[in-house]
Amino acid sequence: MKLDTSGLESISPLFGANSELLGGFSTAPSFELPSSTDFDGFQKEAIQMVKPAKGTTTLAFIFKEGVMVAADSRASMGGYISSQSVKKIIEINPYMLGTMAGGAADCQFWHRNLGIKCRLHELANKRRISVTGASKLLANILYSYRGMGLSVGTMIAGWDETGPGLYYVDSEGGRLKGMRFSVGSGSPYAYGVLDNGYKYDMSVEEAAELARRSIYHATFRDGASVYYVGPNGWKKLSGDDVGELHYKYYPVVPSTVEQEMVEVAGA
Amino acid sequence: MARYDRAITVFSPDGHLFQVEYALEAVRKGNAAVGVRGTDTVVLGVEKKSTAKLQDSRMVRKIVNLDDHIALACAGLKADARVLINRARIECQSHRLTVEDPVTVEYITRYIAGLQQKYTQSGGVRPFGLSTLIVGFDPYTGVPSLYQTDPSGTFSAWKANATGRNSNSMREFLEKNYKETFGQETVKLAIRALLEVVESGGKNIEIAVMTKEHGLRQLDEADIDVIVAEIEAEKAAAEAAKKAPSRET
Repeated sequence: MKLDTSGLESISPLFGANSELLGGFSTAPSFELPSSTDFDGFQKEAIQMVKPAKGTTTLAFIFKEGVMVAADSRASMGGYISSQSVKKIIEINPYMLGTMAGGAADCQFWHRNLGIKCRLHELANKRRISVTGASKLLANILYSYRGMGLSVGTMIAGWDETGPGLYYVDSEGGRLKGMRFSVGSGSPYAYGVLDNGYKYDMSVEEAAELARRSIYHATFRDGASVYYVGPNGWKKLSGDDVGELHYKYYPVVPSTVEQEMVEVAGA
Repeated sequence: MARYDRAITVFSPDGHLFQVEYALEAVRKGNAAVGVRGTDTVVLGVEKKSTAKLQDSRMVRKIVNLDDHIALACAGLKADARVLINRARIECQSHRLTVEDPVTVEYITRYIAGLQQKYTQSGGVRPFGLSTLIVGFDPYTGVPSLYQTDPSGTFSAWKANATGRNSNSMREFLEKNYKETFGQETVKLAIRALLEVVESGGKNIEIAVMTKEHGLRQLDEADIDVIVAEIEAEKAAAEAAKKAPSRET
């Protein structure tokens, strides 16, 4: 299977090298098809085998001051928790972040690849790439690998000439622009808290707290990190242990005992 | 296939690429083209060779647009121009599709120049026999630009430039008379440069004006004639003013 090394080429054609003299378009990467009677069914099975359960909660939202990005930090292999300290917010470049949900390797590799492309765009065009452009590049790459078992559910968050930008991109090739997203198995819980507490006019602290609470409610007893993207790039705000957050939100109040049991001497 | 791997453009012992230089000769034989950049307007002008009587002159458009905000004029082999323009137009749309942004003038110029360069370093092909003048506005900042490319694949930005037949005279005129202009003055400057080497009259000149708001607008013969008349009047007035003081002494 041909890997996408187009980021390393000069005038980058999007889907790999081709004879540029003969056309403008290049073909998607291809590989030999297995001989089977029901290829579609086979493809579905293959995807199910490869697709790990996206045991993650990530969220991002745009508000008055910029974009807030938060994610938990658990990595699971089936039922086994392999790490409590995975970085699920990937720094593509100083003013753009990507979140990781789905296959960890897929997300990490393709975000780094996207970072290369963004940097090359900057060098060639003497201006930063827009969040729209970066998310489109990633979406096009993922679309060209559609059906080959990539598992990526990511949000591209950043600040460009037009202000804050947030896009959801997944390995099915989908790409959505929005103000609030949450991705991962914990996302329904996160959405509940996020949608309830969201206001466009929040301060950075309020937004960070909202993000923290949403992640906490989705992933009890887990770690969470929160990043803030503003006009000058992103800044890591906190990396909390959600276990501690639990006791912060619900502090243990010693309850008054109704009746004290006293040891009766003798009897 | 091996026979077509041989490059046609190879170095000479003293470091020349003769095919590229011959291509430049072809450009020098092409019709005159001029481009002028103003503060809010960019103008392209091309010499229109008289068409045959039966030819439908409306179809012959020498100044084309590559996108809503970019236009191109060229001098040299017109058939090569068609191929290059088509590729550039595709690239403009492809760029819009992949990064959701219109191209900048610099980007598409770099693309066209890159294409021209590729054909000087590939097997079995000859270079494109044309130089292009590319004008347009940056989609975000609105800054106007004028670029020129040539068969060797080099490109650079210009305030005003000319290519094709008698381009040296036109460039000399522009160097002497260029100043920052806007609106109609830019158009006049371009026409004056072209009139240095072309017969006067609307039917020998094709002018296209591009502004940020209105995009590319081709002037019709009548408009051009009006401006030409204005220019002639100004020239006559200047001549008279020169003669007048000497008469007084």
